[in-house]
Amino acid sequence: MIVLFWTDSLFFLLLFAAAIVLWRARQDEHLVRPLRKVTHSRSAMVSAVLLLAYLLVAVLDSIHFTGGEQGAGAFRNEPVSVLDWLLTPLRIHVEKTYSAPFACDALSREMIADATGQMLWGLPRLQFACSHLEHPEATAAADIASRSLQGLLLGGLAGLLLAAPLWGWRGSREWLGPGWLAVILTVVGLGLIAGWLAALAPFYHVLGTDKVGMDVLYQSLKSIRTGLMIGTLTTLVTLPLALLLGTLAGYFRGWVDDVIQYVYTTLNSIPGVLLIAASILLTQVYMGRHEAEYASLGWRADLRLLFLCLILGLTSWTGLCRLLRAETLKLREMEYVQAARALGVGHLMILRRHILPNLMHLVLISVALDFSSLVLAEAVLSYVNIGVDPTTESWGNMINSARLEMAREPVVWWSLAGAFGFMFVLVLAANLLADAVRDAFDPRRAE
Amino acid sequence: MSHLLEVRNLAVSFRRGGVMQPAVEQISFHIDRGETFALVGESGSGKSVTALSVLRLLPMAGHILSGEICMDGVDLLRVSERSMGTYRGGRIGVIFQDPSTALNPVMTVGQQIREVLAIHVRDDSRSHPARVIRLLQQVGLPRVETMVDAYPHQLSGGQRQRVMIAMALAGEPDLLIADEPTTALDVTIQAQILELLQRIQQETGMALWLITHDLGIVHQMAHRVAVMHQGHILEQSTHAGFFAGPAHDYSQSLLKAMPRIQRCRERPLRETSGHDEPLLVLEDFSLHFPIRKGLLKRQVGAFRAVDQVSLAIGQGETLALVGESGCGKTTLGKALLGLLPGATGTVRWARQLGGHIPSFAQIVFQDPYAAMNPRMTVGEVIEEGMRALRPDWTLSSRRQRCDEMLVAVGLDAGDRIRYPHEFSGGQRQRICIARALAVEPRLVILDEPTSALDVSVQAHILALLRDLRERYGLSYLFITHDLGVVAEVADRVAVMFRGQIVETGEVAQVLLNPREAYTRQLLQALPPLRWGACKLTGDKDRI
Amino acid sequence: MMTYLVRRMLYALPLLVGVNILTFMLFFVVNTPEDMARMHLGQKHVTPEAIQQWTHERGYDQPLFFNGGEAGSKVLTETVFYQKSVGLFLFRFGRSDAGRDIKADIRQRMWPSLAIAVPSLVIGLLVNISAALLLIFFRLTWMEFWGSALCVALMSVSSLFYIIGGQYLLGRLWQLAPISGYADGMEAFRFLLLPVLLSVVAGIGSGARWYRALFLEEVERDYVRTARAKGLSEAAALFRHVLRNAMIPILTGVVVILPLLFIGSLITESFFAIPGLGSYTIDAIGQQDFAVVRAMVFLGSVLYILGLLLTDISYTLVDPRVRLE
Repeated sequence: MIVLFWTDSLFFLLLFAAAIVLWRARQDEHLVRPLRKVTHSRSAMVSAVLLLAYLLVAVLDSIHFTGGEQGAGAFRNEPVSVLDWLLTPLRIHVEKTYSAPFACDALSREMIADATGQMLWGLPRLQFACSHLEHPEATAAADIASRSLQGLLLGGLAGLLLAAPLWGWRGSREWLGPGWLAVILTVVGLGLIAGWLAALAPFYHVLGTDKVGMDVLYQSLKSIRTGLMIGTLTTLVTLPLALLLGTLAGYFRGWVDDVIQYVYTTLNSIPGVLLIAASILLTQVYMGRHEAEYASLGWRADLRLLFLCLILGLTSWTGLCRLLRAETLKLREMEYVQAARALGVGHLMILRRHILPNLMHLVLISVALDFSSLVLAEAVLSYVNIGVDPTTESWGNMINSARLEMAREPVVWWSLAGAFGFMFVLVLAANLLADAVRDAFDPRRAE
Repeated sequence: MSHLLEVRNLAVSFRRGGVMQPAVEQISFHIDRGETFALVGESGSGKSVTALSVLRLLPMAGHILSGEICMDGVDLLRVSERSMGTYRGGRIGVIFQDPSTALNPVMTVGQQIREVLAIHVRDDSRSHPARVIRLLQQVGLPRVETMVDAYPHQLSGGQRQRVMIAMALAGEPDLLIADEPTTALDVTIQAQILELLQRIQQETGMALWLITHDLGIVHQMAHRVAVMHQGHILEQSTHAGFFAGPAHDYSQSLLKAMPRIQRCRERPLRETSGHDEPLLVLEDFSLHFPIRKGLLKRQVGAFRAVDQVSLAIGQGETLALVGESGCGKTTLGKALLGLLPGATGTVRWARQLGGHIPSFAQIVFQDPYAAMNPRMTVGEVIEEGMRALRPDWTLSSRRQRCDEMLVAVGLDAGDRIRYPHEFSGGQRQRICIARALAVEPRLVILDEPTSALDVSVQAHILALLRDLRERYGLSYLFITHDLGVVAEVADRVAVMFRGQIVETGEVAQVLLNPREAYTRQLLQALPPLRWGACKLTGDKDRI
Repeated sequence: MMTYLVRRMLYALPLLVGVNILTFMLFFVVNTPEDMARMHLGQKHVTPEAIQQWTHERGYDQPLFFNGGEAGSKVLTETVFYQKSVGLFLFRFGRSDAGRDIKADIRQRMWPSLAIAVPSLVIGLLVNISAALLLIFFRLTWMEFWGSALCVALMSVSSLFYIIGGQYLLGRLWQLAPISGYADGMEAFRFLLLPVLLSVVAGIGSGARWYRALFLEEVERDYVRTARAKGLSEAAALFRHVLRNAMIPILTGVVVILPLLFIGSLITESFFAIPGLGSYTIDAIGQQDFAVVRAMVFLGSVLYILGLLLTDISYTLVDPRVRLE
C-alpha cells in the first residue's frame, strides 16, 4: 500500500519539472553550450556522479508504503520506504546502547552472566552484531576480511557493469569530455564502497551504534533524504517569488518597484534565524492545538520538514530577487528590448521572450550555490532545535545528539564521523558542481 | 645610429578554449627618435596587442611566441620584470583609449601623477608639488591648483585624457605610445588632444607611436605609416609616400572608404517634387528630465534633453541629425517613437499613415552586438515585429517576408535559422535593418548605425541604406556625430547643440557654407584629409 | 547630506512598522495567546483558569486591536497590539514570559556578545583579505589552484564540526584553553580565545573565496593596466590600486553587519556557554519565551536598518564618486 507524504509528492514533482526543463534545454543552444562546458570539467563530472548517487538514495527513501511485516512495537503501522526495506537488517538490528564500529561487544561494562552462569563485571556481547559467529574474539577479524573481499569483488564488478555504457560513450566527445575516465573511476569506486557495505552491514555495525542502539550507518543514509529535501524543496518557494517579483520590480519600476523593494527589505531586516525560529515555534503551537490531525508520527515529522522548507524559502528568496531585479533593470535598457518596444511588442511578451530567458543563467547559478548552504543550514538549525522534527533522521540531529558524547571516555566519535563524512561529500560535490556551473554560465567568465 | 625601438619578427598568440590563436604574426618595424610613427588597422588587426607586447602587459591569455623588441639595443623581452618597471612609465609612456576607465576612480589626479614621479624621477623635485602642477599646466588643464585634488569622475572626457597624457609625460619618456587616444572623444575635443600631442612632441623631442584606425588622424600627425591587417604589417612607408598612393590594395580600400565632406558635392542630390506633404513635422518638441532635490523630492528644475525642436522630414528624404555626445540627438529619436515618456510639443505625421507609431516608424541602433536578443534565431528576430504589428499575416507570409528582407539586405534566406553570434558586426547591422524594414515602415530612425563598425564595413552599410531608400521609398532620420557620413547620405542636415537645433539646411550648404559658429567649429575640428582636399594621385584610373 | 539622512530615517519608519506588524501577526494572530499558554502549561490536564491566569499575568488577555470595554484613547491603548508592539518603538521591551526585565538582560548581556563578535570580525577580516590577496598574487599558478581547492573544502565543512573538533582538540586533548564558560574582566581573554579562533577558522573558506572574487573583478579593470604601465610592480599595483578599489564593497559589506554584532552569534555563544545575547535568544527559543524572541526580532531589525543607513554613509566616505543626494 503506497503512502505519499507531502514532501514525497513535491519532491517527485520537482524532479519531474527539472527533467522537463533539462529536456527542453536540449534545444536551446545557449544552455547546451555552457552545459557541455560543465560536462567537460573533471571535478564537476565526479561531483555530478556523487550527487546522482545521493539522489538515488533520496529517491529510494521517498517511496513509502505500509504493510511491511517488519518493524517493532509502536512503529508497526508507520509507513516505511523502499530504502528502509532494502536496509531492513540495519533498521531492525537495534542494540541496547553505544557500540563501536565493527565491535562485537558493548562499549561499557555491566553485570553479565558467563557460560557457567556466574555473574561478573564485563563487556556484554551485542545482541545482533557478530551474532552469526560462535567465537567472535577469535574469528571476527578473519570473517570481516573475507566478507570485505567478497563485497569488494562483487561491488567492483557491479560498478564496472554500470560504467560499461560510459566506456562505449567516451567516443562521443561532444558530451563526455576529458572527464570520462574520472567518471568511470567514480562509478567503480562507488560500486566498491556499496559492495563492501552490503557485505558487512548485515553482520556488523560498520559505523557503530548510537545511544539508543540505532545503527549509525542507517541513520546517515536516512539523513540523505532530509538533506536533499531541504536543499531542493526550498526552491519551490524561492524561485517563483524571486522570479516574479524580481522581474516585475526591475521591468516596471515606479511604484511596483517601491512596493516590492519595501517587502523584501522588511523581510530581510528580520534576522533570518529568528524569523525561522519564530515560525517553527508557531508551527509547533499550531500542531499542538490540532493534535488530533497530526497523530501519526510520520505525518507530523513530514509536515514539519515541509514547513521548514517553506520557511527557509520565505527567508531566502530576497537575495535572488534583488539580483534578478538588478539584472532586469540592466536588460530593459538593452537595445534589443528597446527594439522590441519600438516594434510594438507587448510588455508580457517582452518579459517572456527577452527578459526571462536571459535571466535563466542567474537562476541556475543561484540554485546551485544555495543548495549547499541550505544543507549546512539544516545542521545548524537542528542544533538549535528549530530544524527538522527530532524523530526525523538528519545530520543535524545526529550531530546534536552526539555532541555531548565527545566528553565520554572512551570517546564516542562515530556518530559525528558518519554525519561529517556523508555531509562533507554532499556539500563538497555540490560546491564543486556549483562552481563549474557558475564558470560556464556567467557571461563575464566565458571567454 | 640605431633606432629608438626596433621590433623584429614579433609573434603573439592568445589561448582561447585551449587553442592558441595567432594575434600578431611575424611583424617587424622600427621607431626613430623624435618621429611620429602611426600603426593603422581596423579592429582585431593586432595593433593594440603589439603595443601591449612592447610593454609586456599582455592579458593572461596572451603569449609572446618569438621575436625581439629592442629599445636602444636592449631586448625588452629578455630583461627582468624589475628592470621592465623602469621602462614602463619611465622610458615608455602610454595613453590608452578610454580615459574614463583607465584612471583609478578612487585616487585624485595628483596622487596618480605623483606615483609616476616617485618611481621614475630620481632627483629631489619628485616630491615637489610644483612638479605636478607644471605637468598639468603642460597638458593645458585649467585651474590646475584645484585639479590636483580632483577625482577622475569630476573631470570631462577631454580633461581626463589630458591627465592621462600628463601621467605619461611625468616619467619623461623617450617614446609615447598613444593607443587610439581620441576614439572615445568628441570631434572637437579630438582636435584639441591631437594638437596637444603634437605640441608636446615638439617641446620634448620624444618619439610618438600613434595607434589608430583613423587615416584622417594619421594624415594629420604621422611621419611614417604602417598598415596592419589580421596580424600582419602589409606595408610601411613615409607620410608622403603613403598618401601619394598606398602600395597595397587593402590600404587603398581603407583610404577610399573613408567618408569625406566633399563627397556631398560629388553625388547626385534627391529630386524634390515639392508638392508632397512632409512625412513628419515636429513643432516645439521638448523632453525635459526633472531634477528633484530636498526632503520631499520636489522638482527644482529640469534637464532639457530636447528643447523646443522644430523639424520636418519629407517623403523619401534623409535628414541627418548631427551633434556631439550628450546633445540630445538619441533622446530625440527615441522620444519620437514613444520609447521615452514625457515628451511635449506637436508631432504631426502625414495624413495617409494609419495605426500607431511602430507600424510606420522604426529604429536601427548603434551597437549591432547589443541590438539582438542572443537567444533568438535571426528568423525569430525579424519576425517578432511582424507578429506584433501584422497579426493578420499568416505564418508562411511572415516567413516569406523574412526571407525577402534577408536577401534585400544582402544576406541569404537560409540565414534565418542561425543565431546572431554567428555573424560579424556588419552582418548583424544588416539583420537589424532587415528587422526594421520587415514591418514596412515609412520612416526609419538610424541611430549612429555605422559608428561601431570598421570603415570598410561602414561604406557597405551606407551604400545598402541608400539602395534600400530608393527601393522602398523610405525616409531616414540619420542620427550621427560624423560629418563625413553626413556628406555621404544626407539630403538635409540639422545640427543639434545642448538639446536645441542650431542650424538646418541642404547638406551642401551646411557642410560647405555653414552659417552658425558651432557648425563651423565642428567642421574645423575634422582632420584635413576628411575634407577630401587631398586628391589621390591615380585616383581616376581606379574608379 | 543632512536632508538625505533625514529622508533615510523617515524611510526606516515604514520598514519598522512592517517588521512590527509582521511579527505581531506571527505571534498573536496566527496563534492566540491561549495557544501559547496551553503550550507553556502543558498540552493536557490544563484548566481554563490556569490559562486565564497565565495570560492575565503577562497582559495577553486584552483584545488584540480594539478594546470596546474602555473609553477614550484607552480603546486603542488597552490592547495587546499597543501594549506589546507599539512599546517596542520606544524600546520598551517589557518583561519576558518568565518574568525577567528584558531591557536589563539585554544591557547586561550585550558586552560578552561584543567581546566575541568584534575580535572575530576584525581578525577574520584581516585573515580573509590576506588569504585572498595571496591567491590573487599567485593567480594562474599551482598555489592558486590548491589554495582555492582548500577553500572549497573548508567551506564544505559545517561550522558545527569546527566548533566540536576545536573544542575537542584544543580544549580537551591539548588543554590549551577552557572548553567553555565565561568570566568578566581580563579573565575573559582565556575564555574568548577558543571561540574567536574557531569562528575565524570556520569563516576562512567562504570569506577568502568571496574576497578573491571581488579582487579578481578589479584586477581585470583598465586602471590596473594603467598602473602597471606606469611602472608599478605587480605587488604595488595590487596593494595600492586593486585593494583600495576592492575595499569599497568589502567595507560596505562589513558596515551593514556592524550593528548586528550586538546581538552576537547564536551558535558560538551557546556552544561555548557565553552569557551573551545570542545564547539569550537560543535559550528563549528553547524555553519558548515569546516575549524575548519578539524583542530580539525587533532589536535585530532596528540594528539591520541602522546598518543599511551606515552603509550608505560609509559609501560617501570611501568612494569619492558617491554623493548622497
